[in-house]
Amino acid sequence: MQKEKVVEVKGLYAAFGQSVVLRDVSFSAYKGEVTVILGGSGSGKTTLFNHLLSLYPVSMGLVKVLGRNVSTLREVEQVELYHQMGVFYQSGALLNSLTVAENVALPLAQHSELPPGLIDEIVYMKLGLVNLSHAFHLYPSELSGGMLKRAALARAIVMDPPLLFCDEPGAGLDPVSLESLDNLIVNLKERLGMSIIIVTHEVSSILRIANRVVFLDNGVVAFEGPLKEALHSDHPAVEEFFSVMKSDNMRELLG
Amino acid sequence: MKLKRRKRAPEEIRCGNEMLARLEGGCLKVSGRLTVGEAPAFTTELLRCYRAKPGRSLYLDLGDLETIDSAGVMALYYIRKKIEEKGGSLELKNVPGSIADKIRLFYPQEDMHVPLPARTGWLELTGERVHRFFAGYVFSFILLAANVFYWGLTDIFKKKVRRKGEFVHQSVLIGVNAVLIVVFLTFVIGYVIALHSAGQLRTFGANIFVVDLVVFSIMSQMGPLITAILVAGRSGSSIAAEIATMKVTAELDALKTMGLNPLRFVVVPKLYACMFTMPFLIVFANVAGITGGALASSVYLDITPEIFINRMRDIMMTKDLYTALVKSQVYAGLIVLTGSFYGLRVERGAEGVGRMTTMAVVVSITLVILADSILGVIFY
Repeated sequence: MQKEKVVEVKGLYAAFGQSVVLRDVSFSAYKGEVTVILGGSGSGKTTLFNHLLSLYPVSMGLVKVLGRNVSTLREVEQVELYHQMGVFYQSGALLNSLTVAENVALPLAQHSELPPGLIDEIVYMKLGLVNLSHAFHLYPSELSGGMLKRAALARAIVMDPPLLFCDEPGAGLDPVSLESLDNLIVNLKERLGMSIIIVTHEVSSILRIANRVVFLDNGVVAFEGPLKEALHSDHPAVEEFFSVMKSDNMRELLG
Repeated sequence: MKLKRRKRAPEEIRCGNEMLARLEGGCLKVSGRLTVGEAPAFTTELLRCYRAKPGRSLYLDLGDLETIDSAGVMALYYIRKKIEEKGGSLELKNVPGSIADKIRLFYPQEDMHVPLPARTGWLELTGERVHRFFAGYVFSFILLAANVFYWGLTDIFKKKVRRKGEFVHQSVLIGVNAVLIVVFLTFVIGYVIALHSAGQLRTFGANIFVVDLVVFSIMSQMGPLITAILVAGRSGSSIAAEIATMKVTAELDALKTMGLNPLRFVVVPKLYACMFTMPFLIVFANVAGITGGALASSVYLDITPEIFINRMRDIMMTKDLYTALVKSQVYAGLIVLTGSFYGLRVERGAEGVGRMTTMAVVVSITLVILADSILGVIFY
């Protein structure tokens, strides 16, 4: 059976001035899967990510998100598309002038007509999902780095989007919080059928959550395919990246 | 999405043209989707119907429900809570497996319990505010001033503690770039002062005294004050914004952990620059203001520039120059200190930077005017 594509990129090029950041990038992400975008620093991950979110205009190539070509969308259609996407930024990007609850409630309050009491209940429940209900009335400046990330994730999933983008969700988290965040992501995928696209470096995270891996090396897709194949890939950059996991401990974990 | 209003308790609940639920055999049969789009109409309409006949048990048949999301689950929870408050109960029937799964995932285990911040009485609040004003503002300001002046004095001849060229750079930003606006505005003010007094003085035949009026008002009041207000608006705000941004982005912490004192590194060069350029700015302002006054006098009172200058020579005192110098140093200190004081107090990121910048300008202009009145009384 043909799997439904949620994201499709074909022949994407991107350049800043003279430096070409992405060269002929093509890959697909499928419905109900966690697709991890990997690569070293400066490999063009963030640029690719921003193209997927339509934050950068597509100058050459094709980017389709949820079946729609992002470069031909009118503004209204773009907003409609954004309603179906949750985005989680590395820094959290919460509005500092609003409390955590108001931050999480923002998309609901703006895009639905739910009564305020019900919005509060939903926000409380979503904060509970990320284990942060005690921070309801706090301001972002009163939260720790890990709490900020969890609050940002709650905001990204508050509308139950079918497609979730995460930019380095695990960066700066302790192993225990990281594991619970990973479990949450797997839960979102399995129980809600959410399709998730993640940019991350955390090797343990990749093992726990990834279905599919896209490996960027110097602006070129060095590998695209299921996680198991990536672990046995003979591309030098991919091999080097995963060599960390080939230690005995990790092999045991893999079984 | 508009709700259809009916007078009677309805037998169906709709959202636009789509049917959400229908009453069948004492049981409300929910069909189609129950997501964030449908939940508002479903909740409000159902609760409205229920309020007409409270206290009963309500049965919801979810057999035909195709999709539910977290907003839908929470709508069911919310409805149950509201119904139970009225003494009734809500029961779900024929829940399909996939729907039950989502309900299990999202349904809250316990009721919402958010401790609200404790309220304080007015007496406590007043005390807290007064304490905060003195401890947080007055005392901290004096402390900062002491610190900055201490480092300012000890560092005058230590070039090593400053970035190379920082003093010149700041002098250009605070002083040189302000010359044009200061000269232009004081010229206009001098002109207008002479113009307005011309009519009155002519009536009494006291034309020549326009020179006294212009020279005194510009030299002792308008020149220094207008300059200080302009510098507070231009540089006070930029000092506050720069330091606040540095604090928010942890640059000040970085300086500290490198063993550098942020006050010596960031604030002191600005203080030097402001104190050095302010007297020159005031001299420019005085010259421009008196020139403006002389122009208006020659146009409206037939006092030629020659007569104006001769009269000026008789009435001008060296004391005025010293006064202006003292004032310039006080204003410069106040502007830089207020700017850095508010910059260092920033909280809550981007919003805080804006708020502190505004506060810095308002407070520095207020302090400058207050200082002007006090110095005016002293040097009367």
